[in-house]
Amino acid sequence: MFKFDKLVFGDAGWGDEFLIATFMTLLVSILSMGLGLFLAIITVWAKIIQNRITRFIANFYTTVIRGVPELLVIYLIFFGGNAVVMSIAKVFGYNKYIELNALTIATIAIAVISATYSSEVLRASYLAISKGQIEAARALGMNKFSIFFKVISPQVIRHALPGIGNVWQITLKDTSLISVTGLVEIMRQSRISSNVEHSPLTFLITAAILYLCLTTISGRVFKTLEVNYSKGFST
Amino acid sequence: MIEYLNSIQNSLIYKNFFLVLSGLDNTILLLLISLPLGFVLALLFALGRVSKITLLSRTIASYIFVIRGTPLLVQIYLIYFGLGSVKFIRESFLWYALKEPFWCGVIALTINTVAYGAEIFRGGIQSIEKSQVESGLSLGFGKFLLLRKIILPIAIRKVLPSYGNELILMVKATSLVSLTTYMEMTGIARKIMAKTFAPVEAFIAAGILYLFLNFLMVQFVKYLEWKYNPHLRLNN
Repeated sequence: MFKFDKLVFGDAGWGDEFLIATFMTLLVSILSMGLGLFLAIITVWAKIIQNRITRFIANFYTTVIRGVPELLVIYLIFFGGNAVVMSIAKVFGYNKYIELNALTIATIAIAVISATYSSEVLRASYLAISKGQIEAARALGMNKFSIFFKVISPQVIRHALPGIGNVWQITLKDTSLISVTGLVEIMRQSRISSNVEHSPLTFLITAAILYLCLTTISGRVFKTLEVNYSKGFST
Repeated sequence: MIEYLNSIQNSLIYKNFFLVLSGLDNTILLLLISLPLGFVLALLFALGRVSKITLLSRTIASYIFVIRGTPLLVQIYLIYFGLGSVKFIRESFLWYALKEPFWCGVIALTINTVAYGAEIFRGGIQSIEKSQVESGLSLGFGKFLLLRKIILPIAIRKVLPSYGNELILMVKATSLVSLTTYMEMTGIARKIMAKTFAPVEAFIAAGILYLFLNFLMVQFVKYLEWKYNPHLRLNN
């Protein structure tokens, strides 16, 4: 039932393929988490400056993406992304066919989803900073950049780490949906292998175990980071 | 004006909307079975998780750990492709359910929501103040009466917002069942896209319907919160 011999490394088994697939999953998760955090910072910025239009756009973006299934967002970006990129290129006078590679599309799709979750976390932790600190920094004559990097960021990171850890877990699990675009990560690899070997149970359980390892280990990493960042604060 | 209306009626997004709409009942059917079942089981699992029987509590904890650590897609595939490939399951009565993508979807969604729900309810149960349980005990409540009259009402009321989040996640999770050839809204949108090569229209139609479904879910949870928190209402 469970064929261990199919999981050895080398040509006889699928061990090395799964190892590469695991790195691909990690790569997509890290890239999209990074891009997602960047998008989230922009979204938070759009929400907290006193501007009705940017706030409306940011709220619309987070509401729609969080109200629509992840799979649908991925399909939309996977099938619609090329058309959008081509129409943008047309504006600049480039009329040839452009095809984004699977990794780019996967990263963008997952980042767009994960940014909505991170932005909520970041916004909450920004609001947790007391206004007096920013005023005090301004009174000391700090400019906007040093206020952001020396006063706001360190505290936001400390407040947001548990929430960002949760978002990371969601992002890691969402990368399994990327398998529908054909990018060979753990999920796709397990489908390919089980189609070749006619033994879905073996490879799906392997995939489950790999995901479990990834989530557990990264959970530990975030715990350590939390302890590190909350030094001097009794939690 | 009439020409304009005609052009709307001939547009792909209008036609697709009704095609995708025909998958709405399949999506709702999935939810109608898995959500109530998941709610009841999650409550039972949460009670088992906080019980003093170590074996039961540990088993449920590891179940929650495994389910929350793996993607739902893996669980759906494991049930649909994985279990179907085992010979003795194919020959047993379970096969009547497992050969249908619909029941595979229901089973996978239920298993998933039970794990998340149990964790939410555990938080609710553990956050109940001890004095409330003690006052119940001093009134001579038995274990069952204590559970029914004090622990569960307070716990459920407390966790309604986070359980509402879980319900919305479940609405979104039904789209994954389309990958097992079950034709609900995402599956139909995918099929339309394969037929017409119009990359965006069908998915936007499906997206609007999902947003609407989630909007209804939010209103439902808000109503429940209003109903079960009479002490928090502003004017009563």
